[in-house]
Amino acid sequence: MEKEKVIEVKDLVKRFGAFMANDRLTFDVYRGEIFGFLGANGAGKTTAMRILCGLSRPTSGRVTVAGIDASRRPEEIKKRIGYMSQRFSLYEDLTVRENIELYGGIYGMSMKVIIPRREALLDRLSFTQYGDMLIHALPLGLRQKLAFAVAVFHDPEIVFLDEPTSGVDPVTRRQFWEMIYETASHGITVFVTTHYMDEAEYCDRIAIMSEGQIAAIDSPSALRKQYGTASVEELFVKIARPQKSKT
Amino acid sequence: MAFVRKEFLHIFRDVRTLIILFGIPAAQILIFGYAVRTDLKNASIAVLDNARDNVSTELTRKLEASEFFAVTSLLESYDEIDATFKEGKIKAVVIFPEDLGARLTREGNAAVSIIADATEPNTASLVTGYTSGILNDYSATLTGHITSGLPVIAPEVRMYFNPNLQSHFMFVPGIITLILIMVSALMTSVAIVREKEFGTLEVLLVSPLKPWQIIVGKVAPYFFLSLFNVIIILLMAWFVFRLPVRGSIALLIAECMLYILMGLSFGILISTIVDKMENAIIITFMVLLLPGLLLSGFIFPIENMPKIYDYISMILPPRWFIEIIRPIMIKGAGIAYVWKETLILAGMTLFLMVLSARKFKVRLEEKAG
Repeated sequence: MEKEKVIEVKDLVKRFGAFMANDRLTFDVYRGEIFGFLGANGAGKTTAMRILCGLSRPTSGRVTVAGIDASRRPEEIKKRIGYMSQRFSLYEDLTVRENIELYGGIYGMSMKVIIPRREALLDRLSFTQYGDMLIHALPLGLRQKLAFAVAVFHDPEIVFLDEPTSGVDPVTRRQFWEMIYETASHGITVFVTTHYMDEAEYCDRIAIMSEGQIAAIDSPSALRKQYGTASVEELFVKIARPQKSKT
Repeated sequence: MAFVRKEFLHIFRDVRTLIILFGIPAAQILIFGYAVRTDLKNASIAVLDNARDNVSTELTRKLEASEFFAVTSLLESYDEIDATFKEGKIKAVVIFPEDLGARLTREGNAAVSIIADATEPNTASLVTGYTSGILNDYSATLTGHITSGLPVIAPEVRMYFNPNLQSHFMFVPGIITLILIMVSALMTSVAIVREKEFGTLEVLLVSPLKPWQIIVGKVAPYFFLSLFNVIIILLMAWFVFRLPVRGSIALLIAECMLYILMGLSFGILISTIVDKMENAIIITFMVLLLPGLLLSGFIFPIENMPKIYDYISMILPPRWFIEIIRPIMIKGAGIAYVWKETLILAGMTLFLMVLSARKFKVRLEEKAG
């Protein structure tokens, strides 16, 4: 894997009044890797992710996403990334085809470009027979797949997945991760937050956040070795919930 | 724009939305037009004729002949008045003085007392108004010209502008006022909050769409649908009740646009405050629809309210809107008559727009995790 940095974060601080949500975060994400972002609720991962997506400005520090400064031109970042949240990001009362058209249109693609790509996508997913069905008529697993396909439809450099598999059965999760691998193999960087520790094992590298700071960052196997734990789950419990809560 | 198209698709796919959009306006027109009539029909009145001369007999006959009244009892003395009212069967008593005919010939004017049962203030004012109207008509025929300097008890304005004395003339502007609030404020707030609930708003915010584009895209369809609704209501008013718009249609539509903008801004404002569709509905009802219905002068004339409600109604946009479109529709008034109200409404609209735009921005930033 060539080590081209696609996300560079240096001394990122985000403060809400007196509350320090992100305390001097520093990390890089490389092109084409699957980067897992872990942390307990309130550890600051959503805040960091919102900054990376151009939704919120850092209080201080340097954040570069796809070569663009997040404090100065966040709108530019939005054009180059894809996003999928834990909740379904598709419109349930629109058909599969209409949803794809809508997102293509939002990202400034013309119908001339959208239609052939859309058909190719449906074909690849073997979704053609569902093309004119409303989303709410589709089973959950298919919706999930489609939501992901839509998030990368405009060929972003990075796709952000915010707990994409919460509430999904293991089989579907497995299929979903196959799609993630496939996407990463095309050079799209995948930045994913998750609650499932087994999913963390699928990532190329993971960062574990705790109390606004990055407590550990490396490949899952290296981290396991370093902390002497058998699984990422054990590791997470060890790092993300510090024994000494009084400081 | 793909985004606006999508919003239309949402609307046309949802049967409930369609019913709210088109069914309710039609139903309201018919209900208010036919069922809720505030005009009089065969109201029972009593006559106490102390004069018993040509004039009083003629007037009694005229009252009886009009479709508004039925003279159900002829009283003999003042003592009976109280009892008659207590029975509750009559709305008013018309009392002719002993010297009615004599005074008319001698001095050219005379007084006729009308006592109305004011337990229902609206009806009472209608009864007195109509009775005065009939008396005035009669005095006009006596003197031979219509607008003489006779002592007239000021007839109600609506009689003057609404010669058929039909109440649905009054209701159409009121219905427009309410429907526009429903479609613009209620539907927009629900539409935006729905995206919040389903998590799709988040995705839109991460997209290259600017916040204002999202908002404009969300509300534009409702703007057009609201206008479309105005036109439907006006057409229905014309075809069902033969109610013409006397004033300039262009002015009317322009005022409606202003009012719709107010509603949309209000809808956006609500959507920034609440996170659940039910709450959006409740707030719109409590803050805009209910006070609008009760205090705007739609059903109950503002003049009849205690002063305090008058002041409260001044902060309600619907009140000003009704005061604008009523004269335009019924009297054919031009901008010269309603510019002040228009200015107030425009000010409110601007205020709400700025407020909602700022609120929307703040909401985007403050979401911490």
